[in-house]
Amino acid sequence: MLKVKELIKDFGKVRIINSAAFEVNSDEIVSLVGPNGAGKTTLVNLISGHILPTSGKIEFLDRNITFASPYKRIKMGIARNFQITNLFSDSSVLDNVRTCLFSVYGKIKKGFLPANHYRAITQEAVDILDLFGISEKMELLPPSLSEGDKKILDTAMAFALKSKFLLLDEPTSGVATGDKFKVMDTIVSAIRREKMACMIIEHDMDIVSDYSDRVLVLSEGKIIADGKPQEIMKQDNVKGILFGVMA
Amino acid sequence: MGVKNAILKPKFFVYLGCFILLLFLPRVLPIYHLILFESGITFAIMALGFNLLLRYTGLLSFGHGALFAIGAYAVGMTGEYFPDLYRIEILIPVALLASLVVSTIFGFICVRHTRVFFSILALAVSMVIYALLVKFYDITGGSDGIHIELPIIFGKSFEGMKRFEFLSGAYYYLLICVFAAATIIMLAIVNSPFGKALQCIRDNEVRAEMIGIRVRRYRLYSFILSGLFTGLGGAMWSFVNGHVTPEIAEWVFSGEIVYMTLLGGFMVFEGPIIGAILFTYLRLYAVAITQYWMFLIGATLIILVLLLPEGITGGFVKLFSKKRRAPATGVA
Repeated sequence: MLKVKELIKDFGKVRIINSAAFEVNSDEIVSLVGPNGAGKTTLVNLISGHILPTSGKIEFLDRNITFASPYKRIKMGIARNFQITNLFSDSSVLDNVRTCLFSVYGKIKKGFLPANHYRAITQEAVDILDLFGISEKMELLPPSLSEGDKKILDTAMAFALKSKFLLLDEPTSGVATGDKFKVMDTIVSAIRREKMACMIIEHDMDIVSDYSDRVLVLSEGKIIADGKPQEIMKQDNVKGILFGVMA
Repeated sequence: MGVKNAILKPKFFVYLGCFILLLFLPRVLPIYHLILFESGITFAIMALGFNLLLRYTGLLSFGHGALFAIGAYAVGMTGEYFPDLYRIEILIPVALLASLVVSTIFGFICVRHTRVFFSILALAVSMVIYALLVKFYDITGGSDGIHIELPIIFGKSFEGMKRFEFLSGAYYYLLICVFAAATIIMLAIVNSPFGKALQCIRDNEVRAEMIGIRVRRYRLYSFILSGLFTGLGGAMWSFVNGHVTPEIAEWVFSGEIVYMTLLGGFMVFEGPIIGAILFTYLRLYAVAITQYWMFLIGATLIILVLLLPEGITGGFVKLFSKKRRAPATGVA
């Protein structure tokens, strides 16, 4: 589904992504792990079109999207959340999700009927909030939510875009440790049901091994390992990078 | 959702009540005050448009005076060069068309930037209009401006009638109908999915782009809509004033538009309407009290910004909302 080939991104003289190459198949949940500064978020930004690569190629559904605009990528079915929550701070929680749905259904240009008139879409937004367990807070403004709830809302908004491929940049950072698995259960079961492909950036190796079909290890801009979670953890170079264990 | 609909309903009756009150105003208010009030209403139409940009799109324009002038001059110049077409049912579409064209060009230039850069660009392009209006003496009448005749309203001619009779009669009712229509349309726009998209752009343009909203294009749409309302306000104002001069395109008037919106409170939908009407009276009384009336207006602005940053309506909302903080702890 998604093919990344020899991707390079330089910021000035610093090479952040150094010919990274990998594939993500449909219906697959892939985790991207790596130490701080490995370039994980940069990789997500490159795939979502937030920034453009120096060279290389990104293909999605066999079409070259290396330099496509974010708008085009979203219409093709790539959605993302943000590691540092990125919400519409003066719009209610409901409107945060509902606007995503209006955008998906192409209703965003409608300027005459009030948003509440679109009952089916509003109901769907409530359902999504229900799914993520924050529907009681739908009248609130995002700044009054807890850090964990903000994160969940951010993910819910990416999920609401009904994409084919979902990029989740640390969906559980800031969520209380006890709730992490509950949140991941919610997100992953929703993704599985909608048959989306998904790439999750995650630090918690328990979450990685529990929820992903495949793990990519990124270090200094290169994919150094690619395989099933249990196999990856056994590799010495991965251990060295992720756990600081010298071989 | 049921909750929201329930809130909307009493509001609808308040609006209806206000509209009925407005219908009886000419019987109560002395003619002088009525004309002043009409001028306030035209400013209110404009301020509604201005606030679409400020409150709902997050763009502060310091150039709306020029768009107001476009509406007013569209009326004046039609009267000057095409006297046969001097009918209100033609003049209003002409004014709207003129503001559509100009605000599309302005918007195209200005929405490439946001925040203070947008404000300054809007100011700059508005001064171009001002310069054109002053310099093209042969076409626009230069600083003398253009005299506005009484228009024909739906086939009824008012020739020979005194302006105040015209303004307190048919025109008043036309004006409040236009005003009511403008308010309803604006209310619909800000609550629609399109309005929600604008608010999302205001809150967070990066995320807005990432959920598939074409940020710059929607800003342009918002600017154009805002320009249409402003132009409509200008056209309606020209009949009240009876004369248009380039001063309304100057930055001073653009600043007054910002002032009236802040006075009423831009956080509340109705704020700019109240602000515009209050401002008309405030300016009049300030001028009557002292020749340093600009000083008075400025002082009010400072007090407003320090004590009531959300304007009069914002202050009221705070006063009556349950969430109000118990003891005020200094200026926030």
